[in-house]
Amino acid sequence: MLRTNLKHVLSEKEHSELLNNNENVMICCGRMGPMCIPVYESMEELEGEYNNIKFADMEFDSPDAKVIRDLPECSSFAGLPFVVYYKNGKVVKATSSIQSRDQITEILDANFSK
Amino acid sequence: MGRACLSPLTKADTTMENHFDVIVIGGGAAGLTAGIYLSRAKVNTLILNEGAVGGQMVLTHEIANYPGVENISGYELARNMKSQALNFGCKIRSNVKITSLALEDEIKKVTVNNKDVFTSNAVIIATGGKSRAIGAPGEDSFKGTGISYCATCDGDFFQDKEIIVVGGGNSALEEAVSLTRYASKVTIVHQFDYFQALEHYIEDAKNNEKINFVMESEIIEFIGDEKLRSVKIKNKSNGEISQKNIDGVFIFIGYVPNTESLEGIIELNKFKEILVDKDLMTNIPGVFAAGDSIQKKYRQVTTAVADGTIAALSAAEYVNNLKKEKTEPAVV
Repeated sequence: MLRTNLKHVLSEKEHSELLNNNENVMICCGRMGPMCIPVYESMEELEGEYNNIKFADMEFDSPDAKVIRDLPECSSFAGLPFVVYYKNGKVVKATSSIQSRDQITEILDANFSK
Repeated sequence: MGRACLSPLTKADTTMENHFDVIVIGGGAAGLTAGIYLSRAKVNTLILNEGAVGGQMVLTHEIANYPGVENISGYELARNMKSQALNFGCKIRSNVKITSLALEDEIKKVTVNNKDVFTSNAVIIATGGKSRAIGAPGEDSFKGTGISYCATCDGDFFQDKEIIVVGGGNSALEEAVSLTRYASKVTIVHQFDYFQALEHYIEDAKNNEKINFVMESEIIEFIGDEKLRSVKIKNKSNGEISQKNIDGVFIFIGYVPNTESLEGIIELNKFKEILVDKDLMTNIPGVFAAGDSIQKKYRQVTTAVADGTIAALSAAEYVNNLKKEKTEPAVV
């Protein structure tokens, strides 16, 4: 399990439930690595500011993380973490590698109205 | 850090809530150490950090030479330092954008996110450094889709692929060798005709049959579609430009200090490093600096920790002297 304070998505079933129960979802799929940790930290801080978005993480190496790894939107990705933004269960944006808090905020504001 | 500018301090700015004895700018090893020392000494301290707490330390997967700790990840060491600082009463605000600095007066003023103003009697600048980018067209676009700055994070995406490692220092050669665990072929592209790395890193790279070298050359363009496909390489000695198909490029060309916003405010050397005296004070009284952003030869977690300690003790002494001056009656 990833050592973050975010909600952990541990299985394909939990992933599906998360998308069914929440209109706006951001999932960071990574490891406890240097490119991933700053993204988790930004998400932990943004959680308090964006009540309309569910923030979660998923361990990249877990077999069930194929729900993220195998997304067509991630097919060209070659850098951790894979971050996927969902609206009503559909992918609206996906990014690869480290993103700053500003870059994340920009995506949230563009895709999820407060 | 955004471009800082000098701005006048108004009375309304120095409220009790927003005033600290010391403000530390930067939350890496130097900044957190300063926070630990100051808070433990009951010096009211705020750390303002533009990114995630931990700085360059977080970029190190394994630290095996930190005295007293046999083996720890950079993330865990950073987390421990942060928790130590918080437990001593240090305030930390991370992921803020510093939009203005007024350091010349006795009361220092730091504005974040264009709205929140914090004041202090002393400031410690510990803004650290960041990975140097090549700056060639396409570099930003292919980050995460072919370009990486972290071999341990992204190496396994290049299993049986052909990659380039850019650089000629210790990190470049060490990571090139480690990447041969995944890649079918590693080409080291380096701007000089010699390496700056230590001899054993050079030997290891030269003895690895998967590694070959393109010297006196630099990448001038990254080309691709949804992912990186090729690069243009310029030979610096004859000006010849060639295009090479490639799956990935790992860039390790050193670090630059995060001091852009201090230019014109604090004295820097030609490498944009902050100049300090033996107490780590800058040319401005009450403004100290520590860690990777100052002029020094060796940049390690241990040296940043040492700097943070010295800057904290010096800043505490400075603040105490200021307080004494204000409470003691003037001698006529």
